[in-house]
Amino acid sequence: MKRVNAVIVGAGAAGGIVAKELATAGLSVVLLERGLWYTASDCRKDDLRNQRTTILGNAFGPDDEGNPRVWIDPRGNSHVVAPSEGSYQNNAACVGGGTLSYGAMAWRYMPQDFRMRSTYGAPAGSSLEDWPIGYDDLEPFYEKAEYEIGVSGDPAPNPFQGARRRGLPMPPLPPNREFGILEPAAKRLGLHPFPIPMLRNSVRYNGRGPCMRCRWCVGFACEVDAKNGSQNTVIPTALASGNCELRTQCMVKEILTDERGRARGVAYFDENGRLEEQLSDIVVVSACAIESARLLLNSKSRLFPNGLGNRYDQVGRHLQGHLYTGAVGFFDFETYDDVGPGASIAISDYNHGTPGLCGGGLLANEFIRLPIHTLDRLPPGTPRWGLGHKQAMRDYHRRTIVVMGPTQQIPMATGRATLDPMVKDQWGLPVARLEGNSHPHTTEIGDVQAERAAAWLKEAGAIQTSLMNGRPEIVSSGQHQAGTCRMGNDPKGSVVNRYCQIHDVDNVFVIDGSVHVTNGGFNPVLTIMAIAYMASDALLRNWKGTSYRS
Amino acid sequence: MKANKKPGGLTRRQFMAAGAMAGAAWATGCSSKHGSWESLSDDHAQTLAVLCDEIVPADDFPSASQAGVLIYIDHQLARHYRRFRKTYARGLEQTESISESQFRLHLTQASAEQRLDVVHALVQQNPAFFELVRKHTLEGYYGSPRHGGNRDAVSWRMLGVSEPPIRGRAQYDLTNKARS
Repeated sequence: MKRVNAVIVGAGAAGGIVAKELATAGLSVVLLERGLWYTASDCRKDDLRNQRTTILGNAFGPDDEGNPRVWIDPRGNSHVVAPSEGSYQNNAACVGGGTLSYGAMAWRYMPQDFRMRSTYGAPAGSSLEDWPIGYDDLEPFYEKAEYEIGVSGDPAPNPFQGARRRGLPMPPLPPNREFGILEPAAKRLGLHPFPIPMLRNSVRYNGRGPCMRCRWCVGFACEVDAKNGSQNTVIPTALASGNCELRTQCMVKEILTDERGRARGVAYFDENGRLEEQLSDIVVVSACAIESARLLLNSKSRLFPNGLGNRYDQVGRHLQGHLYTGAVGFFDFETYDDVGPGASIAISDYNHGTPGLCGGGLLANEFIRLPIHTLDRLPPGTPRWGLGHKQAMRDYHRRTIVVMGPTQQIPMATGRATLDPMVKDQWGLPVARLEGNSHPHTTEIGDVQAERAAAWLKEAGAIQTSLMNGRPEIVSSGQHQAGTCRMGNDPKGSVVNRYCQIHDVDNVFVIDGSVHVTNGGFNPVLTIMAIAYMASDALLRNWKGTSYRS
Repeated sequence: MKANKKPGGLTRRQFMAAGAMAGAAWATGCSSKHGSWESLSDDHAQTLAVLCDEIVPADDFPSASQAGVLIYIDHQLARHYRRFRKTYARGLEQTESISESQFRLHLTQASAEQRLDVVHALVQQNPAFFELVRKHTLEGYYGSPRHGGNRDAVSWRMLGVSEPPIRGRAQYDLTNKARS
């Protein structure tokens, strides 16, 4: 197989961008993806089988067969779990990764989010740390993501955001009914509501039409291709350059290193299960936080007996996502208008600045709900079955608003993805083993956020509210997984440098949410995209043509 | 939601009549059009129909079994819920034995009050099984019609969510060729 300049593992948010940046700059690229390339016509609106509601499995991978993980609960019991189970902490495995079926909120982190330790100090037991880069370093790349992938919204009414040079390329979608109910209530409370920025066309953009506002949004591929992900933007551009080859259903086994300790490519199982080698000048790992860590840990050799980049036992640590809390408000008038994407209005008033709390998170109304989502979101005391339950479904499915948000996690070194010593996947590779729990301060902040959500709903006219502030006995990661290959200046306390280059091996890069030191109080995808643009930019500036070639 | 409590219109009444007839077919053990179930025995299916209909009873909208929930559960017991087949078999036997010991009757022959008593006893004696049936029944009733439950999107109409959701929008069925 022909040697190439770069092999990229994972065709998701970050991998797609790196592929496009390198390929259009003239490098030869092979992009390996373990899943399939789905298109808009694979959007089957199945309320029971999608990436959000996985009652009958994931729509966009991985399959429940042959792809287990191990979850260690807080009492130390281990459970073998399948991808459609919550404790698996899944993200989609397909071309586009999570961006094919995500809700597509397009948040920039705030300047304080990159300086959490110097802003608040590290709570006991936490590994809270500053990033080696700041908001200003990422700002031009946030803008590039907003324009190349395509974001709609209106940031003007949000006074808490970092400085930006340009507005967004598309206006927000027209407000839905919940926006109309929640906006004046927020203003009466002295808050600063604004439309949620979305990686979704509100007008024609990038050659594709606008959102048709259907009910099957978050968790589904978009039937009219109005949702912008790497699969319908940068990956087609990368392929059109003629310099990028995309190989689907290819599972990477390990990163190969030579006797001098430099990477020489990857070994992978192709779509027929055959073991192949793809040699390259550089290797880019963009497999999402858990799988990227797993690949590094599975890449053992004489020089790297504990896995690549893991000299100081840092790979897989600080695993984090978001603690979602909020409240359900029940109304005596109709709040539901059957207009997607549903999520429309947010406040950033509570991300930072509350005395005694290390940060916080955004609050927003939830995505449009399907009937299946209302089953267990009925007023407290509702019968769980029988005519009483059926009647409550009728009474409240259209008279409910959910406000919630991602509380910024206080990371811990004990939140980890490691390799399970026993369980193997369908290719015989050791699977990821997840352990750890939320830091108590994260839970404390989450509780405050839930009360704030309830207060907003009451001001909006809710006759009853019920808090959503459960106690998941697991370190949250899921689609927002981050932190396993921390970015830092100190090789003993991090895995990659500010350019996403592994400290140990200068031709291996980890470019995805793994490098996040902290994960903001926001959905992380736009930051993952911005980092991918930034790291690609640095990589190309340092690219010495053929100097990597042997 | 008051408008939905009393559904009007000829179409819905016609639908209701069809649903009631389908319900009668279940009760007599004349199961699917193929004459047998994929996973359930006919006896188990009859018992399960009673349980499902306690979870979602008929009112002016169909009950669980009238809306096809048994088809949903039976179908998934041969697929995604294969691991629950034994749980169902044991749980349904247990339900019948409760009915036998309390009333010397098959559950299908018991009165409405007796059936409710049996279900309450089951909730006490085997809460895990009842929760499983509750979960699967509600999934079938409120989930996508493509899986056999929620026939003709009846629960969605009950809730006032239209199907198809946008007037005039072409709905096309990708069941056979979609890979997702």
